[in-house]
Amino acid sequence: MKKRVGIPRALLYYTYYPLWREFFTSLGAEVVVSSPTTKGILNQGVKKAVDEACLPVKLYYGHVMDLIGKVDYLFLPRMVSVEAKTYICPKFLGLPDMIRHNVDNLPTLIDVNINRHKNDNQLYGAVYQVGKMFSANPYNIYAAFNRAIKVQNRYETLLQQGILPFEALSVLERGDGGDKETATPQQGKDLTIALVGHPYNIYDNYISMNLIEKLKTMGAMVMTPEAVAPEVVEGEANKLPKKMFWNMGKKMVGSAFHFLNRPDVDGIIHLAAFGCGPDSFTGELVEREVRRKKTVPFLNLTIDEHTGEAGIVTRLEAFVDMIRWKAVSQ
Amino acid sequence: MKVTFPHMGNMYICVKALLEDMGVEVVVPPQTSKRTISLGTRNSPEFACLPMKVNIGNFIEAHELGADTIIMAGGVGPCRFGYYAQVQREILKDLGYDYKMVVLEPPEKHISELLGNIRYVTGNKSWFRVIKALRLAWYKARALDELEVWVHRLRPREYQKGEADRVYGQAIRDIDQAKSCREVLGAAAKAGQKFGEIQADWTKKCLKIGLVGEIFVVLEPFANLNVEKHLGELGVEVERSIYLSEWINEHLFMGLLRKVKSSKEARKSARPYINHTVGGHGQDTIGHTVLYKQEGFDGVVQLAPFTCMPEIVAQSVLPKVSRDYNIPTLSLVVDEHAGEAGVMTRLEAFVDLLTRKAEGKEGVNL
Ligand code: SF4
Repeated sequence: MKKRVGIPRALLYYTYYPLWREFFTSLGAEVVVSSPTTKGILNQGVKKAVDEACLPVKLYYGHVMDLIGKVDYLFLPRMVSVEAKTYICPKFLGLPDMIRHNVDNLPTLIDVNINRHKNDNQLYGAVYQVGKMFSANPYNIYAAFNRAIKVQNRYETLLQQGILPFEALSVLERGDGGDKETATPQQGKDLTIALVGHPYNIYDNYISMNLIEKLKTMGAMVMTPEAVAPEVVEGEANKLPKKMFWNMGKKMVGSAFHFLNRPDVDGIIHLAAFGCGPDSFTGELVEREVRRKKTVPFLNLTIDEHTGEAGIVTRLEAFVDMIRWKAVSQ
Repeated sequence: MKVTFPHMGNMYICVKALLEDMGVEVVVPPQTSKRTISLGTRNSPEFACLPMKVNIGNFIEAHELGADTIIMAGGVGPCRFGYYAQVQREILKDLGYDYKMVVLEPPEKHISELLGNIRYVTGNKSWFRVIKALRLAWYKARALDELEVWVHRLRPREYQKGEADRVYGQAIRDIDQAKSCREVLGAAAKAGQKFGEIQADWTKKCLKIGLVGEIFVVLEPFANLNVEKHLGELGVEVERSIYLSEWINEHLFMGLLRKVKSSKEARKSARPYINHTVGGHGQDTIGHTVLYKQEGFDGVVQLAPFTCMPEIVAQSVLPKVSRDYNIPTLSLVVDEHAGEAGVMTRLEAFVDLLTRKAEGKEGVNL
């Protein structure tokens, strides 16, 4: 029987799923992803986690619990750092500990440290450590990782073309080139809105309350940080007085600054999670910059487990209307 | 140039000594008050952590007194502290304040950045002068830490309530006034004698509670709603996991002095629960809890600012530590809305539980 590896559909799932899946399946494992977020999944997470935790971490607990009994392993790497001199967030550093000491009946945890803070050499060590659990053959592990990297690169290329993660995932799933058919995802819209936030907030349809779809229905084209080239992010983020040590934060600030300078962006929405530490700072830096420039309308939305859909819709509609009026009056 | 800096408990005494000894003009911000916190909160991001907001309040109030330069510490992550200065600069800029900010932090590229920053404040004072000033600040920090150990022991034991705090208050002023290391030692000795004269019941067996958590709220009584004092009045002997001198060594001296042993030990004890640094004092919080149990303490109080990331990690595993080691813990999360009355009630209930547990009553489970 195949070994089943569970991956929670939360946090970095949206960023690295293709890599993880390819790696495990190449080694003969079966990958099981938790169900898409529902009220039930969120609620069980909210109950387990401490009140003070941010929404995404609470949700992560819920997805972990969803996998219990369905898998032999739970892939829960300690994501310390994915890029030199940066971290993700302190909570990612402690995530395996938080889960292990709070959730009962866990399957075997795969909780290697992924740490590229100093250099890249350690990464393969971690990969090998995980691979060994599924294959005794070092070459197979190496080959599986190489395949995984290739798939991940394709995924990122698709994202760079403006294709949203769930579409990109299904392109990969279908296994076709995909690039052409899907490269013209959004047309016939009169507005462009940049949506800035953590991938696990903006792409989780339950958490974001279908924000992207809603904007599209209102006639807006949506751009997200995933479509901004890394060099551009880097260049814009370098305008900060000091290097930002959260890589996701850097991406958000860098892409927000970039959107701010693009003539085709009509408005920027910052989606923050309740209780998120880095968001409170990156959001502030972005908001102040936007308000000083006064060129692009800006909306800051904070979501938590109690946020009502109606309130969000009202604010979105008002925002979009405002942008349209502005266009007319100019 | 009029230099100010953020408040954190008694730290102002040390920083003031450091700067004034080098001939720098200093503006100590008014003691942190309700007004400070409300000014800070109004001008900071809603989900910023409390220390960051209080800093802003301090800077605004110091500006009212004419300060034009801020000196503060920084860091390289992962916790927000390392980015305080940069966000605060933007906030102050939008308020229309023309503050120059000097951030002491591990340099990004070269040590010369740090030296340059120090030089900005010290001017062309000789390094000898600088070292002499650092020494004075260090002596003051150590002396202040010692005073606190006294107060923690005396509060639950003195016959005449408030005496220890009176001596403490005077001693703080004396140390603040001291102009040389010698005078600091003199003030400390005098205080020691005064403390010794206080009539107290040294045979009394007090409950012992260890205080752990995020350093700012642990060291700043206004932010932690006087937790130490209230516990003392409830008859509890308090011990703190972090002292001012440790922070000064870490941030002002960049850890040049020997690493404090207890912190290393704590992190080691934390490993089975938090197996990696999580920034701030998250691991220390867990490790010290374990150590306090081993030293026979009755309970542990964790202090954390609302949304503090490292402490949330710690808070998440603390119940497990508490069960495994059979030591009651209480997590107090504070923000600008926290009220003293609410905290008092929770402390009383906690002390009550510890008392019953200590008396060996049945049915006291965690
Ligand atoms: S980055 Fe923000 S939302 Fe994500 S885990 Fe950290 S605090 Fe939570």
